[in-house]
Amino acid sequence: MKPRLMWLLAGLVGTTMQMAVAENGGMSFPKTVQAGDAFSIQSTGSGKAALYIVGPQQVLKRDVQLGETISIPTGTLYNAGHYLAILSGPSSTDQSGFDVVPANKPAALSFLAKPSRISVNMHSGITGAVYVFDAFQNLMTAPTPVSFQLSGTSGATQTHTATARNGVAWTEMDSATKEGAAKFVAQVGAIFSTRVIEQVPGDPCGLRMSARQSGERLELQTDPVRDCNGNAVPDGTIVTFTESYNGTQSTVDVPLKRGIARVEMPAHDGARISAATGVVLGNEIRWGKQ
Amino acid sequence: MRKLLLITCSFLLTASVFAADDRTIHVQPANLQGPRPLEKQTEAAVIRDYLEAWQSLSTALEQNRASLLDSDFVGTARDKLTDTIQEQSKLGIRTLYQDRAHDLQIVFYSPEGLSIQLVDHVEYDMQVLDHEKVLATQRVRARYVTVLTPSEVRWRVRVLQAEPE
Repeated sequence: MKPRLMWLLAGLVGTTMQMAVAENGGMSFPKTVQAGDAFSIQSTGSGKAALYIVGPQQVLKRDVQLGETISIPTGTLYNAGHYLAILSGPSSTDQSGFDVVPANKPAALSFLAKPSRISVNMHSGITGAVYVFDAFQNLMTAPTPVSFQLSGTSGATQTHTATARNGVAWTEMDSATKEGAAKFVAQVGAIFSTRVIEQVPGDPCGLRMSARQSGERLELQTDPVRDCNGNAVPDGTIVTFTESYNGTQSTVDVPLKRGIARVEMPAHDGARISAATGVVLGNEIRWGKQ
Repeated sequence: MRKLLLITCSFLLTASVFAADDRTIHVQPANLQGPRPLEKQTEAAVIRDYLEAWQSLSTALEQNRASLLDSDFVGTARDKLTDTIQEQSKLGIRTLYQDRAHDLQIVFYSPEGLSIQLVDHVEYDMQVLDHEKVLATQRVRARYVTVLTPSEVRWRVRVLQAEPE
């Protein structure tokens, strides 16, 4: 009778101990984990449990065995953020907060460059802002050096270096003095993003016209119209010719063709003819006598 | 004169620290990097839309309804939250996020005006339920880095990311 009682007692003690271990089942969890990395959690106790990893960015659930090392493989938990890990056993629950931080290698840039078209010779006219992301689209908030480069068909290459704070860096650049496309590049390590900025001539800088008689009419023609940096003003730019004669005034708007505006107007003796484009007034011609 | 000064000071304090619903919201003066000035109306709109986004997030994750995110989230932030909701639904999990306090500051306004970044020290209660059984409740304090971009009528959250304080 006694040995049976002892076995019963021993069994009871054993069961109680097992339950106590299960009840005290816990885990030792890393405080931070890098996005996408493998990591492991050491659990204590015994019995089956469920591990939950919960955050606004991601949710995981795994069936686990208490007392064993729980392995979370590479690429399982990849969204940066704050998480709550919960180990829920049959009769106990343990919880721990931890953070997933972005991977330390940049993989993508979100590059906002403005404008896509700009006049030449504009000081600080081109701006760029870049957000740096890892391979899992996490914003890399650790300070990261970012290099910006603006290079065109002419002019010196401009290079600025900035440090991304909270995952973002910005710069501003001058447009070149010569027209043409410029490549605007943001680069972090080996990752880069390119935008094309079209640099177009500025406003006309001067306007000069000449006149030639052709029968009853005057052939008026401008010199090639250029901006203040010598770039040809684009075709289609309007030049306005005005002829004043005997108290009347006639006006003709002519678009530039191949950089030149050409028009015929009546050849009145004593007429005054002027040309203008934008805010620029050209020379005045007084035709004939009077 | 002193009385007027006191009234003005108390008004300014009330304006920067106020309780909306049961949340305490503290807005620090903007500390901008970048050349673009921030208009008061823009600042107010960004903060209003950001705080509304927290409410959408809370309701969407509680009810497992991703469509509730549409008006306040866009891009990566919406994709990640949508994935979470889908996973929660599959697992029979619901999460309750109740933001209690925000201490936020706008830190970047991009030169072309197409993005704005703020940093928020948020305090929130988080409760996890598995098939309506409460698994855990925790008060969390985290630093959130958020990027918002303008849409048709409001600012939407494009990046919402917590990091260790």
